Amino acid sequence: MRHDVLIAGFGGQGVLLAGNVLSYAALDEGKNVSYFPAYGVEKRGGTANCTVVIADGAVGSPVVGSPSVLVALNQGSLDRLGAKIRPGGICILNSSLVDAATLGRSDVKVVSVPMNEIATDLGDPRMVNMVALGAYAELTGAVSLEALAEALKAALPERNHRFIPANAKAMETGAQCARVE
Amino acid sequence: MSKRLFVKGNEAAAMGAIEAGCRYYFGYPITPQSDIPEYLSRELPKLNGEFIQAESEVAAINMLLGASACGVRAMTSSSSPGISLKQEGISYMAGAELPGVIINISRSGPGLGGIDASQSDYFQSVKGGGHGGYRIAVLAPNSVQEMYDLTMHAFDLADQYRTPVMVLGDSVIGQMKEALVPNPRPNRELPAKGWAVRGKSGGEQRIVKSLFLGDGELEAHNWRLHAKYKQMMDVECLSEEFETADAKLLVTAYGSVARIAHTAVAMAREEGLKVGLFRPITLCPFPEKALKAAGERAGRILDIELNTGQMVEDVRLAVGSNVEVSFYGRPPGAGSLPSPEELLDQIRKHYA
Repeated sequence: MRHDVLIAGFGGQGVLLAGNVLSYAALDEGKNVSYFPAYGVEKRGGTANCTVVIADGAVGSPVVGSPSVLVALNQGSLDRLGAKIRPGGICILNSSLVDAATLGRSDVKVVSVPMNEIATDLGDPRMVNMVALGAYAELTGAVSLEALAEALKAALPERNHRFIPANAKAMETGAQCARVE
Repeated sequence: MSKRLFVKGNEAAAMGAIEAGCRYYFGYPITPQSDIPEYLSRELPKLNGEFIQAESEVAAINMLLGASACGVRAMTSSSSPGISLKQEGISYMAGAELPGVIINISRSGPGLGGIDASQSDYFQSVKGGGHGGYRIAVLAPNSVQEMYDLTMHAFDLADQYRTPVMVLGDSVIGQMKEALVPNPRPNRELPAKGWAVRGKSGGEQRIVKSLFLGDGELEAHNWRLHAKYKQMMDVECLSEEFETADAKLLVTAYGSVARIAHTAVAMAREEGLKVGLFRPITLCPFPEKALKAAGERAGRILDIELNTGQMVEDVRLAVGSNVEVSFYGRPPGAGSLPSPEELLDQIRKHYA
């Protein structure tokens, strides 16, 4: 079993936290994991992405040329990285900010999730990354939703643990939305 | 099995230093290695250690020199431009035979360059770096686990041979997170530090210096340093081989790009190509005997680096003219990191 995913957005969307939570969840399920972040020198507003590889055996390259899944949280990420998705792969996009038609590929499965709307409805637009993670887990089975929610404890500093229930809810809603899609 | 932690390569190196007994760190922040001083600034005071953010890289390396002269385990870290600034101090430490660990999480150059993964500091690291004709041991981890293990090993080598030792990584190895098993420090028997200056207390005077003005004195000193390097060549070379036994093409790569090449070699094997990977772990001393054997078996080598060709010179020297050596490089910069698929293409091209 091997899963690789490229999660991309602009700085501040929580792309790196999403990658961390996913990694902790996979590690907790006994898998081998690599998490490789890449971001600009800007703290906010620049591009940010991370590659997570989850494997039963050795991870091998933490750098992935053609990921089987791209999670695109903003239009720029889809424009820049959409062509890299492995044929037969999945593109999970944030339809609140991304126009699915611009991908222009018929060889990947496109799943549109209005992540900003869902997160805002649940009380905080900053939870887009958690909505995305829920959708990813649902579509790939790379990790369980339970492990993801549990991983928040390891990935977040203790002072933020009070936000865990809301974030777990965002994951669940993202998963539901992907299931319907 | 002990618990698996999930940490950055940089943090793993800092943890390895602490496990190795390092309690003194001197540094100046620079991307992409600042997690090392960040971690140590938090943890060393708890252990009655000392963390000092120096006013410059030059000050930091000289603080390392001073601490090391007192016989304690100490470390500094930086990234390429900062390491250039430290070279004078490293030369003085090599001359004065002082142990000490220097971590270089290198970035792309020349000059200010960029912060992307790079292997452009190979020459500087393994051929001396500073003035005066010396060599220091250079270790090249390719995983978070090795950042931890090899940093511990660096301290042992430094004390064993009384030499500065460098751990050379880049932003891939430093910034990525993987599982880490925090193994206990290896139990290596090391020589006593009878040379350390800790106060005379009625005993013999000890002097730590790199100045030798007596007739023939400096020449003898240089030969002694050279003999230590030869001894390291004999017993301290480390390398790793993957699928090399029946390989018709041997890929050579170290550090971050060796991880990418490993996957490319595995993909080539799935296509039925007999390809193997040879990964030097010690870049200095360079594992030339093991490479010569593996290279001669394969008859053909493809060296892959994140630069325009540096280690390839040592590969050619190691295997001689009977083995054909080709090179594929991606000089550093944004967007220059090769994918496994790209390296697989190169393997196919050179296999035929």
